Amino acid sequence: MSGGQTWLILGASSAIARALAREAAARGADIILAGRDDDDLRRTAADIGVAYGVHARTETFAALDHAGHRALAASLADIPGILNIALLFGIMPEQAAMDADPSLAAACLDANATGAISILHHIAPLLEARRAGMVVGFGSVAGDRGRLKNYVYGASKAALHTYLAGLRNRLGRSGVHVMTVKPGFVDTAMTFGLPGMFLVAQPRDVARVCLNAAAKKRDVIYVPWFWWGIMSVIRGIPERLFKRLSI
Amino acid sequence: MRKAALKLAGWGRTTYAACEAARPERFGEAVAGFAADAGQNGICLYGAGRSYGDCALNSGGTALITTRLDRILGFDAQTGIVQVEPGVDFRRLMEVFLPRGWLAPVTPGTGFATVGGAVAHDVHGKNHELDGSFGQHVTAFDLLLPDGARRTVVPADGDLFAATVGGAGLTGFITRIEFRMKRVPGGAVRVREHRAANLAAFLSAMRDAAGASYAVGWIDAAARGAALGRGILETAEPIEGVFAQPPERARRVPFEFPAFALNRFSVALFNEGYFRRVPPDGRTRVVPWRTFLYPLDALHDWNRIYGRRGFVQFQCVVPFETGARALRDLLEVISASHQASFLAVLKRMGAGRAGFLSFPMPGFTLALDFPRCAGLEALYARLSAITLDAGGRVYLAKDALLDAASFRRMYPEFPHFAAVRQAVDPERHIQSDMARRLRLQDAP
Ligand SMILES: Cc1cc2nc3c(=O)[nH]c(=O)nc-3n(C[C@H](O)[C@H](O)[C@H](O)COP(=O)(O)OP(=O)(O)OC[C@H]3O[C@@H](n4cnc5c(N)ncnc54)[C@H](O)[C@@H]3O)c2cc1C
Repeated sequence: MSGGQTWLILGASSAIARALAREAAARGADIILAGRDDDDLRRTAADIGVAYGVHARTETFAALDHAGHRALAASLADIPGILNIALLFGIMPEQAAMDADPSLAAACLDANATGAISILHHIAPLLEARRAGMVVGFGSVAGDRGRLKNYVYGASKAALHTYLAGLRNRLGRSGVHVMTVKPGFVDTAMTFGLPGMFLVAQPRDVARVCLNAAAKKRDVIYVPWFWWGIMSVIRGIPERLFKRLSI
Repeated sequence: MRKAALKLAGWGRTTYAACEAARPERFGEAVAGFAADAGQNGICLYGAGRSYGDCALNSGGTALITTRLDRILGFDAQTGIVQVEPGVDFRRLMEVFLPRGWLAPVTPGTGFATVGGAVAHDVHGKNHELDGSFGQHVTAFDLLLPDGARRTVVPADGDLFAATVGGAGLTGFITRIEFRMKRVPGGAVRVREHRAANLAAFLSAMRDAAGASYAVGWIDAAARGAALGRGILETAEPIEGVFAQPPERARRVPFEFPAFALNRFSVALFNEGYFRRVPPDGRTRVVPWRTFLYPLDALHDWNRIYGRRGFVQFQCVVPFETGARALRDLLEVISASHQASFLAVLKRMGAGRAGFLSFPMPGFTLALDFPRCAGLEALYARLSAITLDAGGRVYLAKDALLDAASFRRMYPEFPHFAAVRQAVDPERHIQSDMARRLRLQDAP
C-alpha cells in the first residue's frame, strides 16, 4: 500500500503476465490482477501476497465486454499513489484455422485490437488526470510485417502498436509514459510445443527486462533484444521480394 | 488444454517418450485436461523431469506437465505450514521463505524438482536419518482421482495417503500439497569435511556422525584394492547469521560433450584431485544453504556432460546389518567395470518413510552415474542382484532398468499399493513407461 505503486495487469492469467505481476510485486508494488478466470487469478493473488507481502487482488475483465471496461476504469479512481497499467491479453488462433473460419479472424482483431484500444481509451483520461504512472502494452514482433504464416494476428498487433504510439504522444504531455513491448519467442502457452522456435526466452526474464526498460522510460523495446536486429532485416526486405517468401 | 507432439526425456537422457504433451498454465485447464479421455496409453504427470528414468514418461500416451502450476497458496508463519500447487519447486521455496528463516524440511539434491515430484517419490535429503522423508512432513494434499473426484487426503486416511506418497504419480493428480517447513537460524551451514581412506573408515566415520543435522559422502567409485570405498564425508550444522544467499552465477552446459571426454582415466584423475582437495586432517567451511543443498544446480543442464549417449543412475539402499558386505561387493563390481562416473554418493538412511513404495529403509544408500555403454544392462542387473540379496532396494526415481520380478521382492508392500490403485483407477487412466515395465499396473 502506502503512496507507492500499483500495477493493474490486464489479462493476468498468461505466463508473462504472472511473471510481470510477481516481478512488480517483488519491487514493492501492489497488484490488481484483471481477467476472466477469477479462480485462477485468486491463486496468483495468493502467491503474490505470501511471497512478496504486498496487497494483491483480482478484478473481472473481458476484452470483448466493452461496457465492463467503463466500470473497471471507474473503479481505479481512488487507488492511492501511482497507478501503472500493463496490457497483456491476446489470442493467437492458428492462421490456417482463421483461413478456414473467418469469424475467428474477426475474433482475433476484436480481442487484441478493439478490446485493447477500448480499455486503454477508458483509462487514458484517468491517467491524464493523475499526471503520473505508465502504460506497458504488449504487442508482438508479428506486428512488424504481414507474414504469410501469421498475418491476421500480426495485423491485430500492428493496430495495437500504432495505437500505443499515439497514446504515448498524448499521455506524454501529462507525464504518463507509454512503452510498447514486442516480444519474440517466449516460453508460454501460446508457443508451447510449436515447431520452429529458437532462442526462446523465459517469462521471468521478459518481465525483468520490461520493468527495467519501463523505469528508464524506453518507448519501444524488443525482448529478447536481438529481435530488433531480426525484425530490422525482415522489415528491410522489399515488398516485391517479400510477397514471395513464406517465412 | 492444447497438446503438442513432443519427445520428453528422463534426466539421464537414455529414456525418451514420444507423446502428446500439455503444459497448462491455469488450474482449471489442468483439471479438465487430466479428466479428459486420454486413449489407450492413458496420461501421466510430469513435473520438472528430474527423475532419471521412465517414471514420468508415457510413450504413445499423454503427459501433463505441471511446472506452470507454480503458485504458493498460503503460509502460516506461526506453524510454518505452507500450501502450494504441485509445480512449485524447491528453488522458489528457498527464494521466498529462507529470508524469513524457513527452509523445506526435506529436499532432494536439486532445487529444480517440484513439490509434486517430491511427494510422488517420497524424496529424502541429506538429513534423512534425523528428519525422515518428505512425505512425513506432509499434513494434507488434494488428489484428483482418475474418475474426476477430488479428495483431500490426510495421513490419517491411511491407504490412499500411503499409496500416493511414493506412488510415482499412479493414484491421481496431486493438485495441492500442504506441508510443514522448518525453522533455521541463518542462511548458511558449517560444513566439516573428513577424508576416509577406505570403506571401513568411511562407514565408521558415518556412524560417528550419525547425530549430525546433515551428512553426505562422496565416494571414489574408481578406487580399488586398499583404497576401495575411499571418499569424503561432509557433515553440516545450521549456523546463525544473515539469510541472504549470494547471487547465483548460473552456467549452462552449452552442448553435449563428446563421448571420450568422460573415460576411466579422466574420472580417475578427477577423483584423485577431488579427494586430495580436502587436507588429510579435514577442513571446515561456512557454506550458504543453496550451495550446500544444491551443489549441481549452478551448472544448468549438467546432464549433457555425458554426451548424446546419456547415462543411467543406480541408487540402492542396503540394511545396516548386511550393508558393509554388500557395499564392498557393489564397489568391487563397479570399480572393476571401469564405468563409474565421478558423481557418486554414499549416505546413511533412517527408518523414515511415508508410503508403500517409499524408498528409504535404515541402512546405507549408494548412488552413482554410469554413462551408457555396452554391457550396462548386465552391470545394472548384477548391482540390483547384490542389493536384493542384501535385503535392500533400488530407488524408482532413478531407475530405468530394473525388472518387474526384482521390483516385487524389493518392495514387499506393493500389494497394498496395487489394491489402492485397483480401487481408484480400475480403467488404468494413469499410466507410465515405468508402470508398464515394472508391471505396477497389475491387479494385486
Ligand atoms: C541432481 C539431482 C539430485 C537428486 N537428489 C535426490 C535426493 O537427494 N533425494 C531424492 O530422494 N531424490 C533425488 N533426486 C530425484 C528427484 O528428487 C526425484 O526424481 C523427484 O521426483 C523429481 O521431481 P520432478 O518434479 O522433477 O518430477 P518428475 O521427475 O517430472 O516426476 C517424478 C514422478 O512424480 C510424478 N508426479 C509429478 N508431479 C505429480 C503430481 N502433481 N501428481 C502426481 N504425480 C506427480 C510423476 O508422474 C513421476 O512419477 C535427484 C535428482 C537430481 C536430478
